[in-house]
Amino acid sequence: MSTLALKKPKTPIRPARILLHLFLAGAALAWLAPLLWAVYAAMRPYAETSEKGYVSWPDTLNFDNFTNAFTQSDMTHYFVNTLIIAVPAVLLTLFLSSMVAFYVSRFDFRLNLALLLVFTAGNLLPQQVIITPLYRLYLLIDLPGITMSGKLYDSALGLVLIHVAFQSGFCAFVLSNYMRTLPHELTEAALVDGASVWRMYWQIVLPLCRPAMAALATLLSIWIYNDFFWALVLISTGENMPITSALNNLTGTYFTDPNLVAAGALLTAIPTLIVYFVLQRQFVSGLTLGANKG
Amino acid sequence: MSTQITEEIPEAATVPPPGAAPKAVHGHRRLLTRRDRLTLGLMAGLPTILHIALVWVTALASIALAFTTWDGIGFDSIQWVGLQNFKELFEQNPQFWPAVQHNVIWFAVLIVIPTPLGLFLAVQLDKKIRFSRVYQTAFFLPVVMSMAVIGFVWQLIYNPDTGLINSVIGANEPGKYIDWIGDPDLNLWAILIAASWRHAGYMMILYLAGLKGVDPSLREASALDGASEWQTFKNVIFPTLRPTNTVVLVVTIIEALRAFDLVYVFNGGAEGTELLSILVTSNIIGESSRIGYGSAIAVVLLLISLVVIVPYLVATFRKERRA
Repeated sequence: MSTLALKKPKTPIRPARILLHLFLAGAALAWLAPLLWAVYAAMRPYAETSEKGYVSWPDTLNFDNFTNAFTQSDMTHYFVNTLIIAVPAVLLTLFLSSMVAFYVSRFDFRLNLALLLVFTAGNLLPQQVIITPLYRLYLLIDLPGITMSGKLYDSALGLVLIHVAFQSGFCAFVLSNYMRTLPHELTEAALVDGASVWRMYWQIVLPLCRPAMAALATLLSIWIYNDFFWALVLISTGENMPITSALNNLTGTYFTDPNLVAAGALLTAIPTLIVYFVLQRQFVSGLTLGANKG
Repeated sequence: MSTQITEEIPEAATVPPPGAAPKAVHGHRRLLTRRDRLTLGLMAGLPTILHIALVWVTALASIALAFTTWDGIGFDSIQWVGLQNFKELFEQNPQFWPAVQHNVIWFAVLIVIPTPLGLFLAVQLDKKIRFSRVYQTAFFLPVVMSMAVIGFVWQLIYNPDTGLINSVIGANEPGKYIDWIGDPDLNLWAILIAASWRHAGYMMILYLAGLKGVDPSLREASALDGASEWQTFKNVIFPTLRPTNTVVLVVTIIEALRAFDLVYVFNGGAEGTELLSILVTSNIIGESSRIGYGSAIAVVLLLISLVVIVPYLVATFRKERRA
């Protein structure tokens, strides 16, 4: 094959390429099959599938299950819950971790490496390692008048705090690596000219970190949106749950047929899919920013 | 302090000088005013306090609580019991050893099936072909979705009477059911297929990024020497992917230890799908609140994690210090 290609470099269509495309197209389709199946199931009425079976030609295809899932279960409410948690969590994580990264990467204090190590290692722990004491701690902390539950437990604030604490480990590491690549003359000159440390951070370093911040923001939004575990354990009232963990409750209480479950699950996935399609580049570069640290 | 400087400086910064980044400000430390030091202290201090309080203090508390029994009501009921929780866990809990075994199987499957598959897909997609983005998106889509949602999607496939598989093979009638979710011999493998489906896309992206970093001249040289595609990959490309392989290994181990959502949505970690993470959680959200016992399981999970995390971080940070 390779000699053939060498002899006739201009051949526009090579059999190997066609084979590769056929393989990739087939594989991609197979990969999407579970999702396509869910879409197909969600678009058929339950009455029809229970009569004709799931593997059958459709008589009716419509979006009724989607509208029903949306209205019956009050999904708007849960989407809003997620927003109330995710937006502050993403912004706070970026703000706090960029400050740590600034400190660690711009100044040569003795404890820098240890500090960064503490953050990075914390992010690698499985969540279940810390959940039992965290759960008790959240029950202990009284916040009368600040949260609906009067405690840190069962509140959006509690979820925001643990997301920020946990994710800032990853972000501090990535941002400190990024900041280290910025030339030091920048901050040195500013320092000599008497700029305050805060000004160096806010007006010089932070604007330059925009690409890394955008990548991390995309990644964090999707991760925090997708969180299931923290909300499952730290929220007890169904009303207060974000969308992904609420879905688990909904399937028990509202959805009686699998087609409606499919519609509900797909609706839940839509926001992340939109974020991914719009910010694909940021998302992928964010993942690899963190992953190529080895 | 002049506004002029801050306006000019970011401009200059868009063209970083070649070569390694210079060392951190050292000699200028004395330039910092008291206020600056206070600002810096707060900037680093506040996030650190939050992180340490919620992540490390709780991790250490897990260790301490593992040696006690506590019903969670008031502090007076905390009692020191030494190694009793661990003893009970290792000797009497019928779910513990299966859970450990399942976590190991989880890792083994992820590293043996989806990881090489992700690498293979990445190599194919790295060939500068048309529609590469479209293919990439298809393989990557599951990674963007929540594990819980993935659990629901795959239940539509595994459900005994309404699921795709049983409908296709005609096992969807009473008496013929293949219970993919309930059968303890099958359910772990059924869930692992769903987990692998997601993992392969993740690995593909990591390897694609790694492959982009491979010097193209290596490939040219290898082609000039007449090496076949496989020989080039095996002898030239793969060895240069070493850093990516390290990351992939660490990510996969951690994913295997963290596995939770998918199983919880599938069958709540019933017989056949026990995992350490599920056991810890069921001690909190189940009826029985056995704090000490749950913490003992968490400590086992912590120790296993540290075996991976510590060497990885030591290697990473050693490199960092040299840089």
